[in-house]
Formats: sequence, C-alpha cells, structure tokens
Amino acid sequence: MSVYEYIVRTKNLSKIYTLGGTEVRALDDVALDIRRGEYVSIMGPSGSGKSTLFNMIGGLDKPTKGTVFIDEVDMAQLTASELAFLRCRKIGYIFQTFNLIPVMTALENVTLPMVFAGLTTDAALDRGMELLKVVGLGERHDHKPTELSGGQQQRVAIARAFANDPAIILADEPTGNLDLKTGKEIITLLKRMNEEKKVTVISATHDLKMIDVSDRVVWIRDGKIERIEEREDIQLQVGQMEGEEQ
Amino acid sequence: MSENERIGGVLEGVGGRGGIEQQIVLPWSRALQMTRENIFVRLGRSAITASGICLGIAFLTAVLFGASASRLLAEMDLERLGVEHEAGELQARIIWLAAMSLVVATVGIVNSMLMSVTERYKEIGTMKCLGALDTFIVRLFLLEAGLLGVLGSAVGAIVGSGVMMLVYLGRLGGGGVVKAWVTTAVQLGGGDVPLWAAITFSVLIGGVLSILAALYPAWRAAKMPPAAALRSEF
Repeated sequence: MSVYEYIVRTKNLSKIYTLGGTEVRALDDVALDIRRGEYVSIMGPSGSGKSTLFNMIGGLDKPTKGTVFIDEVDMAQLTASELAFLRCRKIGYIFQTFNLIPVMTALENVTLPMVFAGLTTDAALDRGMELLKVVGLGERHDHKPTELSGGQQQRVAIARAFANDPAIILADEPTGNLDLKTGKEIITLLKRMNEEKKVTVISATHDLKMIDVSDRVVWIRDGKIERIEEREDIQLQVGQMEGEEQ
Repeated sequence: MSENERIGGVLEGVGGRGGIEQQIVLPWSRALQMTRENIFVRLGRSAITASGICLGIAFLTAVLFGASASRLLAEMDLERLGVEHEAGELQARIIWLAAMSLVVATVGIVNSMLMSVTERYKEIGTMKCLGALDTFIVRLFLLEAGLLGVLGSAVGAIVGSGVMMLVYLGRLGGGGVVKAWVTTAVQLGGGDVPLWAAITFSVLIGGVLSILAALYPAWRAAKMPPAAALRSEF
C-alpha cells in the first residue's frame, strides 16, 4: 500500500467570486500541507475563508485556481464517480447543522454510507450498532433526529462519518450549534477517534476549545493563511466556567 | 506507470478505473424502501405534492365522464334530431377539453415536483457527501414521483368520477351511471375508447407525467456541487 506523508496538499488554491462587478477572493493563493494522522484546526473569524477551504479540501466545490491533492491525487482530475467513491470511503464529513436525514432513524443514518459502499444489510447493521455504541448512543438507535438533542445528533453524525473507516475526517464548525459542555464532549470524542483510529482530522472552526486537542492550528484571515502554529507553541489556557465538570 | 499507480492510495482497492462505478451501489430494494419512507413519514407534505396531480387527473376524469354521459344521454333521448351531427361537435369539444385538462395537470405536477426537489437540496447535498452517485439521487426522486403520481392520479380518478356520477345520477339514473363506464368516452384513431379504459389510461398518464416532470429538477439538483446544495436554507 502506498503511503504518502502528506494526506492533503493544496497549491496556489484560490476561490474568486465575482459579485456585481467586484472580485471577492474567498481564498487567495493558499498553500497548506496536512500530515497523515494529524489533528489540524483551521481557525479564523466569520468570512475568513475557512469554510471555503473546507469545501475545497472536501471536494464539495471546485476552486477557481490552484490544486488540491489528496494522497497526491489531483482532485480536479477525478471523475464524478471517483469523487463519489472518495466521499464514500475515504472522507467522512461532519457539519455544523448535523445534516442527518430526517426521515431515517439514527441507525439508518449511520448505515447509509455503508449501503452505498455495498455492505450487506447484516454487516451494515452490526457495524452501525458498534459505531453508535462507541459514541454512546447504543440505546437510541431507532430514534429519529427530531427525537435527539443537538449533541446526540452530532454524535450520530460522527458515527456516520466513520461508517466506512475513512482516512480523513472533515469537520465544519462541529460545535457551532452546541452549548459549551456538549461542545467539549464532541471535541473530546473527535480527539479520541483521531488517536484510536489514526484518522486525520481537519476541522474548520472558530471554537477556541478546539485548540487544545489540535496538533497544529492554521490561522486564516481574508482568504490568506496568517500563520501556522504547532500546539506546543501556543500558550493558551482556555478558562473554565463555574460548575463545569472536567 | 499504470493508471492505478498514478491514482495512488486514495483509490486503493478499486479494480481499474472502470471498476469505480460498481463499487458504489444503491440496490433497488433499498431505493424503494427509502422512497416509501420519504413518502409516508412526510405524509402531509407528500399529500400536498400529490394534490397537484390529483386535481389535474380529477379534472380530466370529469371531462371524460361527461363525454360518456353526454353520449349516453344522446342515445337515450330518441326524439332528438341530428344526433350524428351533435356527436361530431361533441367529440371535438371533448378532445379540446381533455387536452386542456392534461395541460393543467402537467403544470400542477411540474410545480409540485419542482417544490419537492428544491425543498430537499440540503438532503441531496448530504447524500452526495456520503458518496451517492448523481444517478442515485435521480433514481430516488423518479421513484418517488412515479409512486406519488400513480397514487395521486388514482385518487384523482376516484374523486373525479365519483363527483360526476353524483352529478349525472338524476338524469341517467343509477343504472345509467353504471352504464356510462362502458360507453365510449372518446374516439381515437377510428377506435372507440370506453370510459373505464380512458380513465385507467389517464391514471397511467398521471404517473408518467409525474416522472417526466421530476426528471429535470432532480437531474439539476443531482448535478449541483454539494457545497451549493448544502447552503440551502430548508
């Protein structure tokens, strides 16, 4: 099996929108290398371009200029089917708004990617239940998203992201719609999965709690990378609120 | 360097570039199950979508029933002069009315399907993130459109003919109202089409029109880049 050091690489990555005559550079010549197994947080204020960068890396949108390499494969060269395969087997997505299918139960949501991957129903159900147990929702497998809290929905989304044992997890503001305590739980869960399954986690966020678990933090502003810091170099103590348990 | 080596680790485990399509599947049984869930869990919403089809086919059914009933009345009324001449005029009017009602039905169906697909852009985007091929999205929506189309048309046919049977009960009598079903509704291509056949055919047309109406919106939605689909507010 071929193993490359950098699982994601971007080169001269730009996304330019033309809005009524003016050019808006959502991303401006971004070069970013992410190592296999890393936990990277892309941080920046609203409108900084972190979601755009997320979309580029995840193959959810096409760049105006530049290239995204996943395992040294140029994403622009992939056919629609190859992209679908990538999204099915190699990348797991987590969103701020959870994006679960409302008419399906938690278990059905988690096993949907497995259906696409061709797993038999029994294998899919077994694996789905396992994943739900890992995220602590074994008993709620037959609940629909409307019957679950925000934090529980995000856990189901995380379980779903791991459905086909991906190499990369992409999370866009995973704690954006969650309260402080639930957000911390989700971050802890993500870090645990990163360490246990050796999965690369790339998270676009403005939640400072994410810094603590990241190997590297990429600060982005106005479509450009301001700086990239290793966790050790960041001196930060995220404060605690009264009455919070550790 | 072979294609596979060039493609590299990211497409590991695929039997050649052509093998990709076989690696992502949506079995028809699962597609049908998902379609059933989509329709029946959101029953209210499905009913609204189907109502456009239902009303259009009800209108068409009523027109066809009226045609048969008029013909039956003309046959029963032996003292009427120039029955042949009137039948000819009647026929032209019926074809015109039936065509108009089909147009109305189509507009209703297209609108309903467009709404139905647009409402679910976010879901479509999500499914693409899970690896769904564009054809899966189209397949799911066409199945739903077909099922809703046939069900809605059937309900429409029942409503349309039910109302008309009541309307003509006085003039035709109970027996007459039943006889209308085997009376010619329209004459197409030199052949006489009895009412029951015409209405059954209309229900099928409703199903087919629904599938056709969903085709373009579903295809367009499937082709959208996931980022755009996920940005939807619904």
